Amino acid sequence: MNNNKTTKTNITRRTALKGIGAGVGTLAATGLLPGTMGYAQAQSSAPIKIGFQKHATGIGSAYGRWYDATTQAAVTRINDMGGINGRPVEIVIEDDGTDPRRGAEVLEKFANQHECDVAFGTLFSHVVIGSAPRAAELKLPYFVVSEGHHVASGMLNRYTLQPGITDVKSQVQSMAPFVANNLGKKVTMIYPDFAFGHDHRDFFTAAIAAQGGEVIAQIAVPPSETSFTKYFPQIPRETEVVYHVMVGPAVLTFVKELGEFFGPSRPEIFGFIDSLEAVDIKSPGLEFLEGTYFWEGNPRHAQANNSAFDTNFRAAVGVDDRGASLADSNDVSTYAHMFGCWETLNVIKAGMETSGYQGPADRSKLIEAVEAMTDLPHSDDHPQGAKLFNGKTHQVFGQQYISKVTDGSLVVEHTASIEDGLYEDEVDYTTQSF
Amino acid sequence: MEFGPHLMLASLEGAVIAAILALTAMGLSIVFGVMRVVNVAHGEFYMLGAVLAWFVTTTIGGHPAFGFVAALVIAPVLVGAIAAASDALILKHIKYDPDRTIVATIGLLYIFQQGTLMTFGPDARPVEAPFNHRLALPWVEYGENGLQMFWPWGLSTTSYKLFVIAAAVFVLIALWLFITRTKIGLIMRATQQDSEMAQAFGIPVGRVYSLVFGLGAALAALGAVLIVPIQQAHYLMGGDPLLLAFIVVIIGGLGSLPGTVVAAVLIGMSDGIISVFFSPTVAKIIATLFVTMILIWRPQGLFGKVLR
Repeated sequence: MNNNKTTKTNITRRTALKGIGAGVGTLAATGLLPGTMGYAQAQSSAPIKIGFQKHATGIGSAYGRWYDATTQAAVTRINDMGGINGRPVEIVIEDDGTDPRRGAEVLEKFANQHECDVAFGTLFSHVVIGSAPRAAELKLPYFVVSEGHHVASGMLNRYTLQPGITDVKSQVQSMAPFVANNLGKKVTMIYPDFAFGHDHRDFFTAAIAAQGGEVIAQIAVPPSETSFTKYFPQIPRETEVVYHVMVGPAVLTFVKELGEFFGPSRPEIFGFIDSLEAVDIKSPGLEFLEGTYFWEGNPRHAQANNSAFDTNFRAAVGVDDRGASLADSNDVSTYAHMFGCWETLNVIKAGMETSGYQGPADRSKLIEAVEAMTDLPHSDDHPQGAKLFNGKTHQVFGQQYISKVTDGSLVVEHTASIEDGLYEDEVDYTTQSF
Repeated sequence: MEFGPHLMLASLEGAVIAAILALTAMGLSIVFGVMRVVNVAHGEFYMLGAVLAWFVTTTIGGHPAFGFVAALVIAPVLVGAIAAASDALILKHIKYDPDRTIVATIGLLYIFQQGTLMTFGPDARPVEAPFNHRLALPWVEYGENGLQMFWPWGLSTTSYKLFVIAAAVFVLIALWLFITRTKIGLIMRATQQDSEMAQAFGIPVGRVYSLVFGLGAALAALGAVLIVPIQQAHYLMGGDPLLLAFIVVIIGGLGSLPGTVVAAVLIGMSDGIISVFFSPTVAKIIATLFVTMILIWRPQGLFGKVLR
């Protein structure tokens, strides 16, 4: 039925090899092959490609959407100012599904398929921890905006940096004195049961003990949980302060059920705004939050003495004075975190400009240039506040804000200085080879 | 928290879970009982119900009660119609072959889930409860002055949670009356017992199947509309109810309606109580272990009849 079966092809091994060789030569000559591109691009004005690992789906999607909006705004600004080293910046977006395994695959796509210069943007700590080893193998600089202590702890590698947002250890260390001195000494912690929550558990427990306080109960909740009342009976009666931090799609339910549980006789409540990111604080059921305190990475509601830098940042990203989208006031942003994307992109720009970055061959020069950074002044590049970058630990330090809910608005009550959040180095990444 | 109030809180939480679970599992059980179809997309009908509830309430606006009542009617009817259409368009054409229906409903699961992701988006959306008051609950304790009533810290429920339990009981009774007292119910039971014989007596079995598939999905959607003011609508919310509904249906006996209700109460209450006293993971482990035991020693389920 098939007569072609016996037909022999005329290609021998030798001609095949010749053909392939010629093909590779042509590709190399025209600069189409990866690895040969560096110099070809250097002369051109081909865009600098930044791979954005986005939590477009999965439990981190609210953050993904706003990280995206902030990233686009930052890149528009950079390109309007002439790009990086005279080249435009292009963002390549891949969805990681808020999943560590997918996160590592996305980095591979950035490095091999899209040929990105650097990768950037991840928030969820389990995705960062799952992806970072792959970044080192691919020799792809990986700029995370994650808050986790895993960068500064030495768990990751020289290719992973966090220059745009402070880490949990630093945050809780600067919060603990305020909690112990103003709210109470006996603290019950409620936190999500994964790396990020464990950072909170470990570092806050130590930090409050240093202030003469005590964590009397630690309640871990799976980040994908949808109903929370069943966890609250574990809160001991003698609790003076409930310390809460929650992530995932059900944060509104979490806070609402917390209020329903306590009713009129609540203890002091200190939360990380993560528990209410992308949620309007005036949502029905949240009235009990009046008079409670929140850590904020960046104050969601514009303050009376708002800096011009923050005002410009809001306008560029398209959010109003209450941190909601200009197009829809019900669409509240993840304001306490997303500035990290903006600032990280500006650090990448500064690093590429100091190192004279031309292409992937200069990736190690870029990392060295970022490691050499120290003071990052409060400016349009760093609208959240002045920062201090530690090149050895690859971690940035900055101000932290404590806001009190007053008439449905978050009013900054205390600003912790950069020094409040400093701690001893746990690693020196600069001693690792590239 | 002391043991007594703690147990009471756990039971109340468990009763809410059991109420919703009974509705969802009942939908799955009816579909299996009548059609012999294992509907893997059942959890997605639940999710669609919640998402439509959000859509209806935000479109209508005004007092949350208007939107909620509208959602209670519109969401189950729409989801039922979608399900009936998928039955007519897909399941009918693969002749309800057991293997192929499983594969087909897995396909439906992804279509509904990803379709929702593409239209509704990945965010969780709240639906406001029509009414919601915190009810602090008293507890009695034998103290120095005899029996004393006091109000333990944190022992409370909300009026809406009590409403959910009552509403689920009401729907289940209505469903029981529908199946046992109406002509359509009689036709459904006839089809369940012997579909070929039913067809021989002039029952339009094809249409009965579409109706039953729609009814099963509508029950899941109704459960979701009831729960969505407590939780939130999210495109991934169908996974847990599907797992629990399967557990319930296996324990109760596939196709046995009283068995489904008993098993839903058993699993819902134990899930609530074990979650409160130990951890939600332990609750899931125990439920799954229980299913394994049932499958080994009583494969037809607690109330199921041995298939000839």
